[in-house]
Amino acid sequence: MSVAPRLELIDVSKRFPGVLANDRVSLSVKPGEIHALLGENGAGKSTLVKMIYGIQAPDSGSVLWEGQEVRIPHPRAARRLGIGMVFQHFSLFEAMDVLENIALGLDGAVSRKQLDAEIRLVMEKYGLKLDPRRQISTLSVGERQRIEIVRALLLNPRLLIMDEPTSVLTPQEVDDLFKTLRRLASEGCSILYISHKLHEIVELCERATILRGGKVVATCDPRKETARSMGEMMIGSDLRDPARGQLSVEGPVRLSVRELSLPKPDDFGVALEQISFQVKGGEIFGIAGVAGNGQNELLEALCGEHLADLHTTIEVDGSPVGRSGPSGRRKLGLCSVPEERNGHAAIGAFSLSDNAILTARSRMGFENQGFIHKAGADEFAANVIKTFAVKTLGPDALAGSLSGGNLQKYVMGREIMQSPGVLVVSQPTWGVDAGSAAFIHQALIDLAAQGSAIVVISQDLDELLRLCDRLSVINLGKLSTPRPVGDVSVQELGLLMGGSHATPANSAGGIHAA
Amino acid sequence: MRLRLEKRLEPSRAMLVLTPVLSVIAIMLLGIIIFDGLGYDGPQAVWELFFTPVLDVYKWRDVASKAAPLIIIALGLSLGNQAKIWNIGAEGQYILGAIGAAGVAFVTQSMTGFWIIPLMILVGMVLGAIYAAVPAVLRTRYGVSEVLSSLMFVYVSLQLLSYLITGPWKDPDGHNFPQTAQLTDAQLLPHELWDSGIPPGLLVALIGAVIFYIIVSRTVFGFSVRAIGEAPHAARYGGFSSNGIVWATLMISGAMAGLAGVLELMQLTRLNLGYPSGYGFTAIIVSLLGRSHPVGVFIAGIVLAITYVGGQVAQTFVHVPNATAGLFQALLLFAILASDLLVRYRIRISTTSPSTKGAHS
Repeated sequence: MSVAPRLELIDVSKRFPGVLANDRVSLSVKPGEIHALLGENGAGKSTLVKMIYGIQAPDSGSVLWEGQEVRIPHPRAARRLGIGMVFQHFSLFEAMDVLENIALGLDGAVSRKQLDAEIRLVMEKYGLKLDPRRQISTLSVGERQRIEIVRALLLNPRLLIMDEPTSVLTPQEVDDLFKTLRRLASEGCSILYISHKLHEIVELCERATILRGGKVVATCDPRKETARSMGEMMIGSDLRDPARGQLSVEGPVRLSVRELSLPKPDDFGVALEQISFQVKGGEIFGIAGVAGNGQNELLEALCGEHLADLHTTIEVDGSPVGRSGPSGRRKLGLCSVPEERNGHAAIGAFSLSDNAILTARSRMGFENQGFIHKAGADEFAANVIKTFAVKTLGPDALAGSLSGGNLQKYVMGREIMQSPGVLVVSQPTWGVDAGSAAFIHQALIDLAAQGSAIVVISQDLDELLRLCDRLSVINLGKLSTPRPVGDVSVQELGLLMGGSHATPANSAGGIHAA
Repeated sequence: MRLRLEKRLEPSRAMLVLTPVLSVIAIMLLGIIIFDGLGYDGPQAVWELFFTPVLDVYKWRDVASKAAPLIIIALGLSLGNQAKIWNIGAEGQYILGAIGAAGVAFVTQSMTGFWIIPLMILVGMVLGAIYAAVPAVLRTRYGVSEVLSSLMFVYVSLQLLSYLITGPWKDPDGHNFPQTAQLTDAQLLPHELWDSGIPPGLLVALIGAVIFYIIVSRTVFGFSVRAIGEAPHAARYGGFSSNGIVWATLMISGAMAGLAGVLELMQLTRLNLGYPSGYGFTAIIVSLLGRSHPVGVFIAGIVLAITYVGGQVAQTFVHVPNATAGLFQALLLFAILASDLLVRYRIRISTTSPSTKGAHS
């Protein structure tokens, strides 16, 4: 090894009040290497990356850039060194065009014309397709991610950090992304790739550093490992596959949706068009699709935040609920978990116990003639915390103080433990570590086994294929005809998902719902 | 070098309680500096303003009768504050409450009966609530900010008041003064309760504080108000209607302001042009200083009442201008808003130039 590593961390530690987020972490990334950073939620990946990108400063340890010890006090310094980062959550202004958004993220002032030329050059070089003049609100998630990548590439980075880049992409988009990343790496750019999706790491990366509890527990060559073996290193115990029992799809129809249409809720929303499907007791029904194709609108229409035109459009166990709000539907057994945990599924500034009151008050009897039965809510919250192994101080802890994965477990537990007859969940395991995801999957399967009808809206095809009995794809607010999971291929689903808003006609399979 | 505000993970509970107290202390010190600078005896002025009303037993009744309307109005406003629905027009609803009661009094001038007083209170509260419902309609139907519309309706109410007392309701025996006839005995509550010096309004304020405490902390409605204020989207998911909460909080605060208006009318015994006293505006400060908590509101109402009474004392003894009380109230509002910001955010001094504010940082 004559060449100095592009980036080397030696014994880097970072302590937050009460947590040692990184405990003497060492890591080295060679030039042109695609290096995976693996770990459960709370393992310290984000903190480590933030220190590399200059958002946080390490308490101790040293950072070496191409053999030289450096201090990175802020992101601009990181960018000056040649470190680029693509975040999991994009920071884009909906009402502006691509060019304006990229210009906003640059450190210096560049003329619009010059920038336009530079962008086109970079995109051509790496095979990224994107019109710089398009408004963000018209773009798919995959296209939005491309903006972030272009933004990072404009700086000619020698290290590109990708934080969970594929969680929102279709299989085809993932393939395109991997091509771009491989191309970059072949030109000598190092890539630090953070992901939960182990098979992607097996496919893409040459080396992996695995974090657990803030420490490096292993470094391996993913090409010589399996997704399973790395998963086990990551959680430090055997991974359990969700045990899907005998399918009992013979139950009665518990949720029926007939020709549900809703106008767009706002300028950036998606209208729902003629959505029809039925879910039987014991069945798990999956809805795949690229983010922003009406998933949120559909969830809100099902849970009662937006009402249907006709009462009979939506029926729970034969009772019409189309014109009932969320409380009325919950009473009849329709519970839901929206995608956004903080601010939608839960109130960050409220305690876990108060968050139990938010949705479980009538089913679990915490309300009596308008008064709240606080002790009951405390007990229920404690029960959820225990059953779903939520890491927290107790029912009085603020929901906002929980990590994303823990809050997700709490929210899922809160709905599941109300024994709903119909449960609609969106992105049940987004941003949740492998161990918790398996736990949540098992809980959903168990609930179905008890005779509940479950609808899972997810962008994670693997999750849907593993979990569901039947699948549909939502694209531009329309739902494709449901198909049994065994009958569809990933490629077919990918085509149905359309890839981007620009090419919805790709769904050549022609199995859109009438 | 530039300053940046950064949200704190969790605001300190101790500071949430302490900052109102610190704000009061801060403005006392500020007051000394200001009055000294203006050539008055600063320490003396602040002493008369804040301490004489407390130490002088004869001022207590004054303080109590000014605190009562402030607390009653602020209790209503604090409910809206928690839902982040800002009723700035309590002064107008307060005036409408008095107009409602005066209307009943006008009709029942020659009658007697135990029902007259409850009817005056009821009509005053209903009128206050209806008046506050106008901004609610505008907000829920047309998306008009209740901050602007409720404020503008204050000026409408002032015109209505002046029309009534110079026109149809003018006291025929009033030597042409713009005022209504004196309320009759059947229309008046006792000036003080059980000769204790406690005005009836203060008892109402106390009962009100207890009721509001129960509403906020024990009822589903109170829960929904807090939920809407913290996370409207989550509240909707929880089954609470945000429009419903806009209506409810505005109308409840309107009814409370109306109630304060009726009680104040009974203290003053008639409506005249001097009736609008600004209690509806000062109550906004009371609700914020009291952290929208019933106990806090009760204490804050007394503090603000002290500045009213103390302002008059300081005028007499230190010859500070009439605007003194208003000045201190305004300072207090600034101090509480500023400290609020600092409880929720911390100031970061960054040494980098503005251009580093990349989209990611």
